[in-house]
Amino acid sequence: MPLRIIVLAKQVPDTKNVTGEVMKPDGTVNRNALAAIFNPEDLNALEMGLELKERYGGEVIVITMGPPRAVEILKDSLCRGADRVILLSDRRFAASDTLATSYTIAQAIQTHLMPFDMVLCGRQAIDGDTAQVGPQVAEKLGIAQVTFADRVLAIEGECVRIRRDLGRAQEIVLARKPVLLTVPKSANSPRWPNARLLLKYRRARSAFEVEAEAKRQGRSVDDVVADLRKRGLFIETWGAEDINAELARVGISGSPTKVKKVENVVLAGRNLKLYSADDDGIRSLVTELVEERTFG
Amino acid sequence: MSQHGEVWVYAEVDDGAIAGVSLELLGKGRELAGILGVPLAAVILGSGTRPLAEQLIAYGADIVYSADDERLAQYTTLPFSRVLTDLIREKKPEIVLYGATPVGRDLAPRVASALKTGLTADCTDLQIGSYESAGRLYQKKLLQIRPAWGGNIIATIVSPDVLPEMATVREGVMHAPDPVEGRTGTIIDVPVVLDSECDFVRVIERHTQPRRVDLRSASIIVAGGYGMGSKENFQLVHELAAVLGGAVGASRAAVDAGFIHADHQVGQTGTTVRPKLYIACGISGAVQHRAGMEESAKIIAINTDPEAPIFQVAHYGIIGDVRDVIPRLIKAFKGKL
Repeated sequence: MPLRIIVLAKQVPDTKNVTGEVMKPDGTVNRNALAAIFNPEDLNALEMGLELKERYGGEVIVITMGPPRAVEILKDSLCRGADRVILLSDRRFAASDTLATSYTIAQAIQTHLMPFDMVLCGRQAIDGDTAQVGPQVAEKLGIAQVTFADRVLAIEGECVRIRRDLGRAQEIVLARKPVLLTVPKSANSPRWPNARLLLKYRRARSAFEVEAEAKRQGRSVDDVVADLRKRGLFIETWGAEDINAELARVGISGSPTKVKKVENVVLAGRNLKLYSADDDGIRSLVTELVEERTFG
Repeated sequence: MSQHGEVWVYAEVDDGAIAGVSLELLGKGRELAGILGVPLAAVILGSGTRPLAEQLIAYGADIVYSADDERLAQYTTLPFSRVLTDLIREKKPEIVLYGATPVGRDLAPRVASALKTGLTADCTDLQIGSYESAGRLYQKKLLQIRPAWGGNIIATIVSPDVLPEMATVREGVMHAPDPVEGRTGTIIDVPVVLDSECDFVRVIERHTQPRRVDLRSASIIVAGGYGMGSKENFQLVHELAAVLGGAVGASRAAVDAGFIHADHQVGQTGTTVRPKLYIACGISGAVQHRAGMEESAKIIAINTDPEAPIFQVAHYGIIGDVRDVIPRLIKAFKGKL
């Protein structure tokens, strides 16, 4: 039986590469200056999906929820070997917390992508580091979850044998399909986009992009979409109605958590006492430490 | 009677003992329950956990909900989340806190989703305070404080309209209370009702390795960064730690460069520490590292770059090459100790 594997991906600000250019003079980060990237561990999830497809046959479908520009990571996914990609994007999805996000994603899966065998997502995203959406999607879909899944050892009929890497512990578990896995970076090294696919999907477009282009070219949107579809270049774009979402459960109204306050981390700047790097300087530092009883 | 529900701490069992972070949460939970004027309860799920339930009372729980059943001998998501979700629905606590451990981060989101309630991950502080929105004032809400954006911002999150308010809390940032012998409390047995879906995941094998180093209880930590230059040079960090009787820590860059095992990593993705003395050798002081060590009582930074951010959290600084400074420090310490 060919597998249907759904990969959940997110476009995130590159918080790990905060360089001098994005620091403001007051020592805080200029968030708008951070590049938008494919969440690193979601690439590990995609790689795991592609390897499973190669081993067992089937299809890999990548879903992302985000603003229109998040289509960038979907195009990237196509160029790495995904069979189908879906952009979940609607102004009403904005400001979703993890509960609203998991509802929206689960709703999209339940409306259009049943039945499936596995859902794979990165262990966590580097913007929020919450690691919550995966387990919450699993709960909404009513399926089992295996977090920190760094190897799929085998698919044995209706069960999947999985290795979990919990840092200080390793587990081998047997999970009934369908199952959701969250994948840590230790799982694999993601492949690079393929040159042939880069050429092929250069012209792939989401509904948002089609709208803008059709206007420029003076063609009808339907026309352009039909044309792209024929060539396998139309990126499905779903809003709230397309997935039969209850509006009270998406976006800000579906998000029980609210941000009360955000503070930039500013370096405190203590009263730093400098000592010279020679023997005299170092001896006086040690003497001071002994006198103030940092030792003994 | 208080208008608020109880404050709960999920007491995680780790290799037959209560996880350190759960004890830390009892300390914080005690404080929050005091402000709300409600009892502090611990919830423990496991098999043969009665003695641990007694311990939870000594550490400050007024009530212990104990689900003691052989089917819960090992943590798996579905049965644990089932029992906990049912119990929360029945008892309606105000607040439920979990350690941000692999178990807490697996369990809490599943429970939050089932209850359609809010959850904030990996908090570093919790307070009770008010929240105002659209002209409405919410009082005595749980303020859930956590770093985000790779530690570059600190966000305060509230869940004003839902109960329970739930959060996972980073290990090592809160203080465990001292146990009080003979403290009394109530242990309430929780019935365990599971259905067939709870058998969807089975643990076939489990191996654990002890931690190579116990950074959390070390009073002196000597930590090395990428600036140590090589695995061979990193030996100097081990030597200085040995002279001082301290533990060896490392920055993420040093771990990524292969100088030392990840168990030694201090920082946001490693261990949070607050020793009496922290010596940062060749560590530039990225925000993720500082988040894990800036509460150390005394910090010495050694770095060639006078602009390195580590100097802004340090009490003492030496601008110089670690390969030159560390041997001199070893010599000076040997003369004094």
